[in-house]
Amino acid sequence: MDVTILARWQFAITTVYHFFFVPLSIGLSLLVAIMQTVYFRSGNETYKRMTKFWGKLLLINFAIGVATGIVQEFQFGMNWAEYSRFVGDIFGAPLAIEALMAFFLESTFLGLWLFGWNKLSKGVHLACIWMVAIGSTISSFWILVANSFMHQPVGYVIRNGRAEMESFGALIANGHVWVQWPHTMMAAICTAAFFVLGISAYHLRRPLSEAGHDMFRRSFQIGAIAAVIGVVGVILAGHAQAQYMIQVQPMKMAAAEAIWETEDPAPMSLFTIASTPEQRDLFVIKVPGLLSFLAYNRFEGAVPGIKDLQAEAEATYGPGNYTPNVFLAYWTFRAMVGAGFAMLGLAVVALYSVLRNRITSSTAFLWLLIPSIGLPYLANATGWIFTEMGRQPWIVYGVMLTSEGVSATVGVGYVLMSLIGFTLVYLGLIAATIFLMLKYARQVPGEEPQMSKQPSLRPAPAGD
Amino acid sequence: MDLNILWFILVAVLFIGFFILEGFDYGVGILLPIMGKTDTERRVVINTVGPVWDGNEVWVLTAGGAIFAAFPHWYATLFSGFYLALFLMLVALIIRAVAFEYRSKAENPKWRAWWDRGIVFGSLIPAILWGVALGNMLRGVPIDADMHYVGTFFDLLNPYAIIGGLTSLSMFLLHGAIFLNLKTSGELSERALHLTRRIGPVTTVMVAIFIVSTYLMTDSFSRLGVNPGPIPIASLGALFAAAYFVHIGRLGWAFLMTSVNIGLSVITIFMALFPRVMVSSLNPDWSLTIYNASSSPKTLTIMSIVALIFIPIVLAYQTWTYWVFRHRISIESELTY
Repeated sequence: MDVTILARWQFAITTVYHFFFVPLSIGLSLLVAIMQTVYFRSGNETYKRMTKFWGKLLLINFAIGVATGIVQEFQFGMNWAEYSRFVGDIFGAPLAIEALMAFFLESTFLGLWLFGWNKLSKGVHLACIWMVAIGSTISSFWILVANSFMHQPVGYVIRNGRAEMESFGALIANGHVWVQWPHTMMAAICTAAFFVLGISAYHLRRPLSEAGHDMFRRSFQIGAIAAVIGVVGVILAGHAQAQYMIQVQPMKMAAAEAIWETEDPAPMSLFTIASTPEQRDLFVIKVPGLLSFLAYNRFEGAVPGIKDLQAEAEATYGPGNYTPNVFLAYWTFRAMVGAGFAMLGLAVVALYSVLRNRITSSTAFLWLLIPSIGLPYLANATGWIFTEMGRQPWIVYGVMLTSEGVSATVGVGYVLMSLIGFTLVYLGLIAATIFLMLKYARQVPGEEPQMSKQPSLRPAPAGD
Repeated sequence: MDLNILWFILVAVLFIGFFILEGFDYGVGILLPIMGKTDTERRVVINTVGPVWDGNEVWVLTAGGAIFAAFPHWYATLFSGFYLALFLMLVALIIRAVAFEYRSKAENPKWRAWWDRGIVFGSLIPAILWGVALGNMLRGVPIDADMHYVGTFFDLLNPYAIIGGLTSLSMFLLHGAIFLNLKTSGELSERALHLTRRIGPVTTVMVAIFIVSTYLMTDSFSRLGVNPGPIPIASLGALFAAAYFVHIGRLGWAFLMTSVNIGLSVITIFMALFPRVMVSSLNPDWSLTIYNASSSPKTLTIMSIVALIFIPIVLAYQTWTYWVFRHRISIESELTY
């Protein structure tokens, strides 16, 4: 087996696994901070219970996100040493800044928040959860500054046999950052919103104590509002990102749409079965002009096709295959966009039911929201697989090939062993995480098992 | 002083912070089954580091990031070269992080017993591997003219490096035992004091052996970057001072002394290395130095500004955290973990 393939699998598994938890940590820390702010300002105990309930789920999620983040920080050096040598002058800086500005902030203040309920004043304690939310947001910014350089290298010059930083400002001002970061942040809000909606719906569809009902009703409201903001935001940001991608990485867009020939006006494919080796479609449903519209906001304009772009790349970089895996790009893109529009529909209905004060009127809708917790996860994973696979064969677009970035001295056996080892550990830990999530998500605060020592039908006393 | 030297010092500072802070976390984690006879006692032990272990661990993430940003070749050679060792360490750290958080979230004794094993494993492996890694960095490893590590995993397990691993283990155990004495009360605190008295002499002997074997088994002293002079002896002396303070019952001072011991040990190693960051055992000219492994002056300048702003801020809020959680924990305390 090829060491590059193994190293790529390891990176993919680690990163997708890590990003399984990160969006919820970012989004939920924000929502918990908002809940605690309402509690701080109103003194309403319901919001304190909400803060504790969702906070506990946040902590379970945060721990595993942090743990897998450790691997992220080191795997560039382990498996991608030549990449690290070549771009370290640029790529290392945002990572180190992320650690200094964000990791310390979120980790330290999460500890303060978790252990500080009775040790800090209410205001300082509230500030702690905001620090966690801010820290995780800052963290997402710097890691995407680093990632954006791989998609759109800017502010560098090739010197001393490597990419050296020419302008730090250009790195931050990189247009790619400013379409990708909002898209990712909004996706994080979606993830948390559907998490809150789904778990609240789970509880609301059955009889609850008054306190429990009140808590989940209010959680549902916050979730519905966040869901609409998040989904609309993620779609708008995604649209901006797609328009940007056509300019900067036309090949990725062509692969996403499986357009073999340049077309003007370009139709948008809703469903394509194609023969990728022959680069031709077997069966297609198309909407005329829609892709041009998405690309340029008008129903005309050429969208370059894969064959032309491949020829262009060969002219620029020499012979080679510069086409990413079209099948994967096409379907991951559709899974992401499909999940996004499904979320839009659900979010609108959820908000409508909140505004009409009829959250619990449709048990079917509440049931539907429970599996919908998975939609943002599907979109997050496929979105990242799409954007990173769509960049191939480049590790730094147009500058360095993925196969050139892999560690020169690490043998296949080592990579295979660590790949298997990490994967087994990840599987074990996700089982534990899901077990705990289910355990705590099902508990209604004030109705925990230990409260039921004395059999009573009255709602348990308020408190935590 | 140029920026390359500044960053060499900053990386050393990050490692000193990391070993002093995470050092007692490791010690506490390894001592968990010995200290905690009952489930409640074990929870007390875990809660002594509960609020701070995560923040402490960030020191090594930052050190890793700083090495990447300031010395990319060091980052690439070290992490691809020490591949399997790093893999083991990462597995340990992942399990440990999750174990702290998950252990007490379910009541099943088997669940808790497994996570307790995770905490011990996750603390023991890095406590040893850090010493192995630093020992090898001091001794020199096979690095070729292209900055590539050309040895195997087993080259890293030479007797000298293993002495290094046992030394770091004993230092962290002592540091952790004193920390536990300071942070617990009653019987637990007594038990920690008892452990301190038993571990202390072992640590002192290990540090002495490490210093002697550095003379005998490596040529470090014949190619010192900066002569550390009496610093290694002072590091050993700090342990004697710690023993004295344990004897007179001033454990706070003893903790300060084990911190000094750890700090001076790191300083010794970095001074011996300077200006090299990785010594080639094949050819002195192939060693990585703070000049041939570094980033461009531009990147170093930007990173210096960022570091000089944020390191003091981090120190300020982490110090405040220790102040907030300065009180002892007992089996009557409200236990979060």
